[in-house]
Amino acid sequence: MDEPSEDTKSASVEELLPILGQPSSRRTMLKGAGAALGLAAFGGAVWPLISIPENVSVDEFLQQHYKELSDQDKEKVFTRLEEEAKEDYGADVTISDQLPIPGVKFGYAINLSKCNGNGKCMEACSEENNHHRGVDQSYIRVLEMQKGSMNMEHGNTTYDHTVPQDDKFYMPVQCQQCDNPPCVTVCPVEATWKEDDGIVVVDYNWCIGCRYCEAACPYHARRFNWEQPEIPAEEVNPDQGYLSNRIRPQGTMEKCHFCLHRTREGRMPACLEACPTGARVFGDLNDPESDIVWILKNKRVFVLKEELGTKPSFFYFFDS
Amino acid sequence: MSQDAAQLPLLPHRPRHVQSYPRFLWWALSESTNGSVAFYTWMVALTAVFLVGANAWAVQVADGMIVTNMTDHVSWGLYIANFTFMVGLAAGGVMMVIPAYLYHDKKMHDVVILGELVAIAAIVMCLMFVVADLGRPERFWHMIPGIGRFNWPMSMLTWDVLVLNGYLVINLHICGYLLYTRFLGRKPKAKWYVPFVMLSIFWAISIHTVTAFLYCGLGGRPFWNSALLAPRFLASAFVSGPAFIILAMRVVRIVMNLNFPIEPANTLIRIIRVAMCVNLLMLGSELFTLFYSGGGHAATGQYLLFGLHGHYGLVPWMWTSIVLNIAAAILFFMPAALERSSVRIAACVFCIVGIWIEKGMGLIIPGFIPSTLHEIVEYSPSLIEWKVTIGIWAFGLLILTLMFKITGAVYRNSPVDDSESDFA
Repeated sequence: MDEPSEDTKSASVEELLPILGQPSSRRTMLKGAGAALGLAAFGGAVWPLISIPENVSVDEFLQQHYKELSDQDKEKVFTRLEEEAKEDYGADVTISDQLPIPGVKFGYAINLSKCNGNGKCMEACSEENNHHRGVDQSYIRVLEMQKGSMNMEHGNTTYDHTVPQDDKFYMPVQCQQCDNPPCVTVCPVEATWKEDDGIVVVDYNWCIGCRYCEAACPYHARRFNWEQPEIPAEEVNPDQGYLSNRIRPQGTMEKCHFCLHRTREGRMPACLEACPTGARVFGDLNDPESDIVWILKNKRVFVLKEELGTKPSFFYFFDS
Repeated sequence: MSQDAAQLPLLPHRPRHVQSYPRFLWWALSESTNGSVAFYTWMVALTAVFLVGANAWAVQVADGMIVTNMTDHVSWGLYIANFTFMVGLAAGGVMMVIPAYLYHDKKMHDVVILGELVAIAAIVMCLMFVVADLGRPERFWHMIPGIGRFNWPMSMLTWDVLVLNGYLVINLHICGYLLYTRFLGRKPKAKWYVPFVMLSIFWAISIHTVTAFLYCGLGGRPFWNSALLAPRFLASAFVSGPAFIILAMRVVRIVMNLNFPIEPANTLIRIIRVAMCVNLLMLGSELFTLFYSGGGHAATGQYLLFGLHGHYGLVPWMWTSIVLNIAAAILFFMPAALERSSVRIAACVFCIVGIWIEKGMGLIIPGFIPSTLHEIVEYSPSLIEWKVTIGIWAFGLLILTLMFKITGAVYRNSPVDDSESDFA
């Protein structure tokens, strides 16, 4: 290759190298110093990231997806999580892993003629599921709706007056445990999936927190942990499931799981037990003798946003 | 390096790449850190802004995304808005590639590499915005195929990861190859880059289509759930992308004292004229469908343009966007837009800002308002979100500056006789 001609050389030197007219070696030194300074400043700027190694153990960082954990792995993970709960919340908790009962498919129905909007289900949900106490968190939202309209635009979730109001009816909404769940489809890392008994669960230790599922859900059923949940030690529910009500880590998604740590043991969901009106009916859709099947057969039942094709396992009905 | 950094190191006629490639990299590093006082000031300023953003992000990771103003109702905000805009910027560069390679526009051919470099910087910014939006960035490896669980082909987000990274690699290869061969003083071999250029044309379309599918595939969000979304994204990308490149070329021409022909920019202006009209037409079509039939689906449009139930948060943004876009369209159609005039610069700035708002405050945010249960929770970004966003912009401009600088130096130092015909 030819050397650049003398002309272009001097021109380009003048133009490109007025780095304060320094000789080459000095200039390189200055550049090195600049780079070092820049790196130091960068290190200083991202210093708060030190919280990651402080809060995330190597074991947690390397933990595999729930479905890839062996029974031994699970034991280790659960022990670690129990220790962390003790350390961070001062609570003695037991984390277990209830598996779906073969042949069972859970369904839930709400009698809108009975629901009076008292909100006990939300309180029970919050306590049962170790929700962040700093905010009014629960997996259930109760809409106060105008009689004569099913349009949610005329609904209100933030009512603060005695209930029931004469011209209103009340409609609790929580995860509809869809058979065609958009939240599961969109998750880029398979951190959420549908179990054999129909419950859509989240592996809180696998979720990357992109919140695509929250955008995809048509029922506002998903919640994000915007900060580390705060729960006083004496309020922590110690009976915890890995895929359900254990205390969730900051930066991950969570959702209603039909209290699987209770229902897979034959108990009822906390929201149902707390409901003073008897509006809630829960059971096995595969059991012809169950209350829920009786309701589906004998009542005029509807699901929310049926036109979206999400196929909910959550139903609504009126008495008359 | 012992030699004067401004000139190319002496190389044998047939250098071995093992030796010459590291020399090229070293030379590029050296070249990209040499400059005038103005250059250093600019770089230090960008670095400072970037560091402010890096710090804000680190705070966000440590304290949780509670430091943003996003909520369970408006769960995506400024980051995803900017991400969407950046995808458009990256895709817009293809409007230089098509005339240069498919229509053999020689003069466009000379400057097309600038468009490709803009695409590289834009994609880097896209990826940074996505990472900034993650609640658990340290779990990023869960998305890596093989060691994580990559929900492909079901999740559109995995498609987006593939097409964005693919587009980045393609453009890095094209630009890197052309600069390296020019550094060696050789003619680039068509077989090593033209097939990739052709691939990049389809790929550019795909990145913005897939990004639109992220949103329009969600049945629960009627405002996004429109078949027109992907075409609208493309039309607006073919406005904002070329407009940004026109501004970048102007800056490069003046700062680096290069002699650019005016024709490539004018070709871009003509493309913008068409794309702008198509974009406005499609916006009008969306608004007609929303409002004429009315019903629940109109709620978002109502909120966006006129306010709903006493909530007006996005109204000023949206009208600013509409006014800027229309003003830009008028300016682009003035004859002065085809000259090196302030009209052209104003038109470019107007439409870039207009489309930035349209993609963000006008598209991502209103998708969440009213919420799926028809609650109205408003959103405006927090200071931390602004800092992170501006920091990422600064980083993008920083690498763009470096890439332009290296490119300018390679071209200046390695003139090739028939440069008109064989340089991109």
